[in-house]
Amino acid sequence: MTPVLDVKKLRMDFGGLRAVNDVDLHINEKEIIALIGPNGAGKTTFFNCITGVNKPTAGDVIICPPGATHTKRINGLKPNVITEKGLARTFQNIRLFQNMTVLENVMIGRHTRMHAGIAGAILRNKKTREEEQKVIDDSYEILKKLNLEQFVNELAKNLPYGAQRRLEIARAMATDPFLLLLDEPAAGMNPQETHELVDTINKIRDNENITILLIEHDMGLVMTLSERIYVVDYGKLIASGAPDDIKKDPEVIKAYLGEDTNA
Amino acid sequence: MSNTSTEQANRFISLKDIKKSSFIALWFMFLTFPIMVIKVNTVNNTVEWRWANMIIIGVASFILSHVWRLFMNRRDGKLSDEQKGGQTVEKLTLRQKLDQKPVVAKSLSYAVLVLAIIFPLISGMYQTSIMITALLYVVLALGLNIMIGLSGLLVLGYIVFYGVGAYTYALLNLHFGVNFWVALPIGGIFAMIIGILIAIPVLRLQGDYLAIVTLAFGEIFRIVLENWNDLSFGPSGIANIPRPTIFGLDLNVSQATNLTYFIVLAFVLVTIFVIKRLEDSRIGRSLVAMREDEIASEAMGIDMGKTKLVAFALSTFWAGVAGVIFAGKTTFINPSSFTMWESILVLCMVVLGGMGSIPGAIVGALIITLLPEYLRAFSEYRMVIFGVVLVLVMVFKPDGMIPSIRQKYEFKKKPESNMKEAE
Repeated sequence: MTPVLDVKKLRMDFGGLRAVNDVDLHINEKEIIALIGPNGAGKTTFFNCITGVNKPTAGDVIICPPGATHTKRINGLKPNVITEKGLARTFQNIRLFQNMTVLENVMIGRHTRMHAGIAGAILRNKKTREEEQKVIDDSYEILKKLNLEQFVNELAKNLPYGAQRRLEIARAMATDPFLLLLDEPAAGMNPQETHELVDTINKIRDNENITILLIEHDMGLVMTLSERIYVVDYGKLIASGAPDDIKKDPEVIKAYLGEDTNA
Repeated sequence: MSNTSTEQANRFISLKDIKKSSFIALWFMFLTFPIMVIKVNTVNNTVEWRWANMIIIGVASFILSHVWRLFMNRRDGKLSDEQKGGQTVEKLTLRQKLDQKPVVAKSLSYAVLVLAIIFPLISGMYQTSIMITALLYVVLALGLNIMIGLSGLLVLGYIVFYGVGAYTYALLNLHFGVNFWVALPIGGIFAMIIGILIAIPVLRLQGDYLAIVTLAFGEIFRIVLENWNDLSFGPSGIANIPRPTIFGLDLNVSQATNLTYFIVLAFVLVTIFVIKRLEDSRIGRSLVAMREDEIASEAMGIDMGKTKLVAFALSTFWAGVAGVIFAGKTTFINPSSFTMWESILVLCMVVLGGMGSIPGAIVGALIITLLPEYLRAFSEYRMVIFGVVLVLVMVFKPDGMIPSIRQKYEFKKKPESNMKEAE
């Protein structure tokens, strides 16, 4: 089976700084994969390279959406094109459309799946109205799946923190992705909220057939949720494998705790 | 908490306040001393000492500082009440109240419309002419509102597109005898093309940088017009532009003014209609998303470059059409009608009214054009009053006179059983 996302020798230089150094990574359909590493290891840069925010210096990012016959190289494409191809992401620091309602935030996610243009907007013909209503209904369904329906017409900035994080996921799901990239989805959540998040992510994978790649610092969440883990440090991939192997890996322990100088 | 804050608001004068106000009065007496007290009579070589003025300033600033403090306390009291939330009954704004009573809102807007239609019949030509100017600014404010209010692009040279429209009509008429009605869409489309041409190089700029570049474009436009004599006839401008007519009738000045008024009014209504519909559409939402967060909108699949071009095109079209009407109304245009100051004025209208709000832009435009006009009685102080009004609005209503509110959507409630099946 071809992996849905295959990253080969990805490299990202910022001037003299090599933020991502020849990282290989692949994800199969319906897997949940975690990318971990100490602060400043290059995890978010890696995300930015895949989603088109940064243009990688070298390497390949190849996607193969489920059901597709051909693979596609996507590095260097603009973020909106990559989203259209079926990769959606959330942000480490919440980037919601603060002054729009919760429903509108999700509706924006459906932008690429809509077709109405300026003429349609002004004339408001039957086709446009039907499309609009369908988007509203679809968005509401997505909100229900993430237990956000009670906030529908609230402004996004007035939501509690945990709900804002969930809304980011809802908005990303609205783009109809096959791969969801979550950048620290549990950051700042309390244990109860984190627990609910684990359920939500599992549900998204099982019910929506969405593959998930996540960056996270909460090891509890990473160990319970992910099937495989990739560990990066100073831009380099230092380990990858099942959670139990990663826990015992001396390289990983060294990266997180430092070297034992007495040994 | 609430007791102390209301006490503070109610107590009109305390010792501390008197001290503060006395200090302010002294400071103002000192500041204005050279201009208000000393007067040198150069003919007789004598110096007049007008001590009475000093006393007036002292007393006036003492009283004003008290009034100011009273209002500030009331405002702060309101804010802290709102922050407490819960027990206090939520105060509704006028707009929210109107939204709850659609019948009242509807009849009110019809009343305004009827009043607007009969206005030229009940008032003189001078009044009508002022109203035309005001309504042209309403169109400009609505157009700029797409760029600044909805899309968050701070564009300062907006009057350029107004000028492009006006010159398009003037020149087409001069060289090819094109009449008003044909020039109307051409002016709009031409302004749109210029808008897109300016937008392409500035696509990557944001915020202040965009403002500075568009400001420069505004100046370039004016300077080119002033100096390119072959095209624009320089500072002497283009005269004898025909007024709009209808059905080939020969109208006198007063009739033509009335006709222009109705054209502008119809155009304002069309603008409101179109912008309202755009706002609640896929395109409008992408514009607002761009204002809120460019990186996030890109990640949601919105093409930033395309969206910015759409914002420029949609916004500049209205300015172009308004420009054509302006040329037809005044029958004479020259570069001094399209200065930086005009751009700033339109910007003020949008900010004063409330960014992103259609009624806000209308009210803002009407206030800023009509206030100086009807304050001619106090001609010497009218700019001062104008400034004071701007400052007061910004202090007490920082979101503008009529802040924008987001659309609330209705959806079909699906039966509960359906939802459970899905899970």
